[in-house]
Amino acid sequence: MAQLLQHLINGLAAGTIYALVALGYTMVYGVLKLINFAHGDVMMVGVYMGYATAFALGREVRGSLLGVAIIFAVAMLGCGLLGFLIERFAYRPLREKPRLTALITAIGISFALSYGFQLDIGFLPGASPRAFPEVIEPKEWIVIGDRDVVVWNWQVISLAIAVALMVGLQYLVFRTRFGRAMRAVSWDHRVAALMGIPTDRVIALTFMLSSALAAGAGLLYAIKDTSVSPLMGLYVGLKAFVAAVIGGIGHVPGAVVGALVLGLVEEFVVGYAASTWRDAVAFGFLILVLLVKPGGLFGRVAAEKV
Amino acid sequence: METPALRAPEADSVLPPWLRGIFPVLVALPVLAAFHWLLNESPFAVYLLSVMGVNIILAVSLNIVNGMTGQFSIGHAGFMAVGAYISGVLSLSLKEVALSFLPVAVSDQVFFTVALLAGGLAAAACGFLVGLPSLRLRGDYLAIVTLGFGEIIRVVVQNTDAFGRALGLSGIPQVSTPYMVYFWVFLVVLVARRIAGSSHGRSLWAIREDEVAAEAMGVDTTGYKVRSFVISSFFAGIAGGLFAHFVPIINPGSFTFVKSMEIVVMVVLGGLGSTTGAIVAAIFLTLLPEGLRSAFNLLGTESTLAQKVDQIRMPIYGLLLVVLMLSRPQGLFGTRELWDVLPRWIPRRRRGLS
Repeated sequence: MAQLLQHLINGLAAGTIYALVALGYTMVYGVLKLINFAHGDVMMVGVYMGYATAFALGREVRGSLLGVAIIFAVAMLGCGLLGFLIERFAYRPLREKPRLTALITAIGISFALSYGFQLDIGFLPGASPRAFPEVIEPKEWIVIGDRDVVVWNWQVISLAIAVALMVGLQYLVFRTRFGRAMRAVSWDHRVAALMGIPTDRVIALTFMLSSALAAGAGLLYAIKDTSVSPLMGLYVGLKAFVAAVIGGIGHVPGAVVGALVLGLVEEFVVGYAASTWRDAVAFGFLILVLLVKPGGLFGRVAAEKV
Repeated sequence: METPALRAPEADSVLPPWLRGIFPVLVALPVLAAFHWLLNESPFAVYLLSVMGVNIILAVSLNIVNGMTGQFSIGHAGFMAVGAYISGVLSLSLKEVALSFLPVAVSDQVFFTVALLAGGLAAAACGFLVGLPSLRLRGDYLAIVTLGFGEIIRVVVQNTDAFGRALGLSGIPQVSTPYMVYFWVFLVVLVARRIAGSSHGRSLWAIREDEVAAEAMGVDTTGYKVRSFVISSFFAGIAGGLFAHFVPIINPGSFTFVKSMEIVVMVVLGGLGSTTGAIVAAIFLTLLPEGLRSAFNLLGTESTLAQKVDQIRMPIYGLLLVVLMLSRPQGLFGTRELWDVLPRWIPRRRRGLS
């Protein structure tokens, strides 16, 4: 029983981090109908930015609240800028082209980033994983019984941040002028432009927002996993993407539910079966969901326009 | 997407009818013989040409699904893995068996062919399984399912004792020859070209251009999509089998998402839908890293720089995709074949309709 509870908690904690990355996929897909394959790699770049900042700050500042805030701010701002550049130079010229071209471009950027970061030329970090510094000192916050069930502080913190960001995003999309513009662009960006909505700006801002979110999520992931490597984006990104598709891509609460479900499924596979099967189960689950509901759990299958 | 050049391939051929059927064979045989003669001495050239051949098979077969049918599949390495492992295991278990009435070399090739076909058929069965979801899924979603399927195959292989888990299979008899590789290259090109020119091919083009319209015109879209998946994965399985029989060790690390993407880059670079484009891109992208490496070695730089070439390859692939999509989204050849883009003074087949 206690073991089950512990797995439940770990699964939810993993799920919230997936959820934050998945939200980025969902936002971009919602506005642009583009699977931004490079999203996970933008996250990875953000983690390295945070890593560099943490070392620049030095040991004393690093653990403090101010230090954590600076690290998150630098990584999120830097990633927002990176997202803007990618959108401006790689995706915007392809907006009127078939969707496949943009998908291939996204895969290209993903490869350029993840393998580019493996080179050890100049300031690039090289292929070997690095230990992420202890930005938040791990503490056991809730202990039940004789350490039967342990809840760590980073689990609670990441859950809180994730929930706050989700609520904020839901507010942004459904209660603000910018959110209304986003939804209009998502519906039909040409008509939206005719109605006086600056579509380019809305899309660019959405990209920056999703990239910044990715950086934040990546830092939470790095704090939990304590190791960073150039390929982390490829795999975390893939999982988060799976989560977004399970929930129905383009659907904000769907992404969160999908991510939580995925986190739980993975945790139970690792806990009760074998850890080596984790990836296969994630993808198997995805295929199963898509076969039963081709649009994901919450998505609707749009009628084909003829 | 640019429309494929519609042409009736047989109508205005310069060849007499009785020669058309066997003409490709007549061309291929001397070429293969020349290869065989040239390569007897140099093991590295044999290896390089075998890799090149395997890549050509993979690219041309993926082009049937990605280029001709327009179903974006990014899990091709999974099918290759199925072929490699099934044929590898079969060869390992048949190692001691020989047909005593034949010379050893011939008997080896007989078993090799059997193993290859078994690998190809197993991969084709997997292709059928992947093709089925295309009943319900389209576009991006189908791409993700193929990716997931490729990864599942890798994980299954990694966890099966018979397949050597993460260590992989070693000791597979090294019976593959360039002759065999290029026989299959020839076969896959022939099949791809025949499909492209047939009424099957017309249906595939129709699905690629507009699935709904194709369906409305009475094309059995799911049937054709599943069939193109099956054919494509059969050849991917053959490529995997060939690969398994000339490298010393196969392990799950050879068949990751990265390998799938390498094949996708070849198809996209050549032009989605162009068979000769896929061949040219496969040759180019196989030779590029080797060429760079030997160039560095010739320049006398230290060996670390030559090793870096292998690392630089993947970022270059990524940037190549981006630049290509921005500047020439239809790839080098688009849907045209090599002879459509040759200079004008070279005599070429006249276009029927265009």
